[in-house]
Amino acid sequence: MSDIETELRVRRIENGTVIDHITAGKALNVLKILGLPDSSHGVVSVLINSYGKYGKKDVVKIENRELKGEEVDRIALIAPNATINIIRNFNVTRKNKVQIPSFVEGVVGCINPNCISNSNEPITSKFKVTTEDTGLKLRCSYCGRVISENIAEQLL
Amino acid sequence: MKFKDNHIISKKDFSREMIDHILNAAEKMEPIARGEQRSDLLSGKILAILFFEPSTRTRMSFETAMLRLGGDVLNLGSIDASSIAKGETLADTIRVVDGYVDAIVLRHPKEGAALLASEFSSVPILNAGDGAGQHPTQTLLDLYTIKRESHLEGLKIALAGDLKYGRTVHSLCYALSLYGAQITLISPKELRMPEEIINDITAKGAKITECDSIEEAISDVDVLYMTRIQKERFPDPAEYHKVANKLKITPETLKNAKQELKIMHPLPRVNEIDTRIDDTPHACYFKQAFYGVPVRMALLGLVLGAIE
Repeated sequence: MSDIETELRVRRIENGTVIDHITAGKALNVLKILGLPDSSHGVVSVLINSYGKYGKKDVVKIENRELKGEEVDRIALIAPNATINIIRNFNVTRKNKVQIPSFVEGVVGCINPNCISNSNEPITSKFKVTTEDTGLKLRCSYCGRVISENIAEQLL
Repeated sequence: MKFKDNHIISKKDFSREMIDHILNAAEKMEPIARGEQRSDLLSGKILAILFFEPSTRTRMSFETAMLRLGGDVLNLGSIDASSIAKGETLADTIRVVDGYVDAIVLRHPKEGAALLASEFSSVPILNAGDGAGQHPTQTLLDLYTIKRESHLEGLKIALAGDLKYGRTVHSLCYALSLYGAQITLISPKELRMPEEIINDITAKGAKITECDSIEEAISDVDVLYMTRIQKERFPDPAEYHKVANKLKITPETLKNAKQELKIMHPLPRVNEIDTRIDDTPHACYFKQAFYGVPVRMALLGLVLGAIE
């Protein structure tokens, strides 16, 4: 594919954040977690099923906004291999892998319908996050119920 | 050990040292709980009883505990006549009530309700059961009963009945794992204890075995903890009766039991314990209900800072 073709698909950004190596098909969930596009005034572009060195991946580019560490780490829940590139003047000035947070608040909802966090109380959901051989486990701080599958479906 | 102003939310908050401390404090409360001594330890203190679900033993024993220590009790009364019926959140109810009292006892149908309450309360919250979640004072009174009537060190205990849904037995097993107990689980296959809980308890130090009948385990245990099997867990009533009859104890079931065997039950019972056992030295379930009083007295004394 020529540079022009690539440029036509999704252009390079001058300043902002590129989230690369998102698990294929999860880009829209990443936008949801980050509250995008509502939380940004710049252009947000999304590539789904883009081909990279390791196979299919998704990419999100957010112009004129540099995402902060803890904000971005939340996406590790559904895209644990994602990398965050901070772009300034068309150059990558910082590149980090997302870190799986040990605690998340207000990102996912509890699967237990009888959990107090699923009522009209003035609280946000809270989960302790642990990494096990079988994958991520989110334990609700209120009722103790564990979410270990289909985390994306529980996004608030 | 500091308990003053602490919330009592989950048994997971307690180390073995903390449990031992509470059980020792409860032992000192027993003469007052029996009415043999008078106390004004909590004189001038008010306890709110906020029960969003029906309860007999837990509510009455908390009330008795407070009254025996010279304190006063403020009861929420009927939910229908309260602001909750108008749609008030639990958070708001707690923020209002904590201005009236020195501690709040809460029972609520939603899991995690007590933790939520503790986030909004400026006075100690004592969890008296939140849905299928935690009921730490029941666990503590079960441990106290075992300590008083048998022994916690080197304990061999069998738990029989509904081990799948019963939060009481799950919590008790977690707590007994702190004491390295040998636990035998007896239940029909439909109501077996979840594998995840068995793994957790084993990892914490308990030794678990499973068997099919009470007769098989009875000769080797110090305590037999019975629970009620709920009819609604079985779609087929015939299947329920078959299972319930198998896990019923009669004097004949106990013929190979140790002389010092104690039988416990969180009550209410239906027919899982033959009433002919009530008058034997094995029966411990009514004492167990009484022991809820000194345990709750100790907890109230500790969180209100009247004892250390």
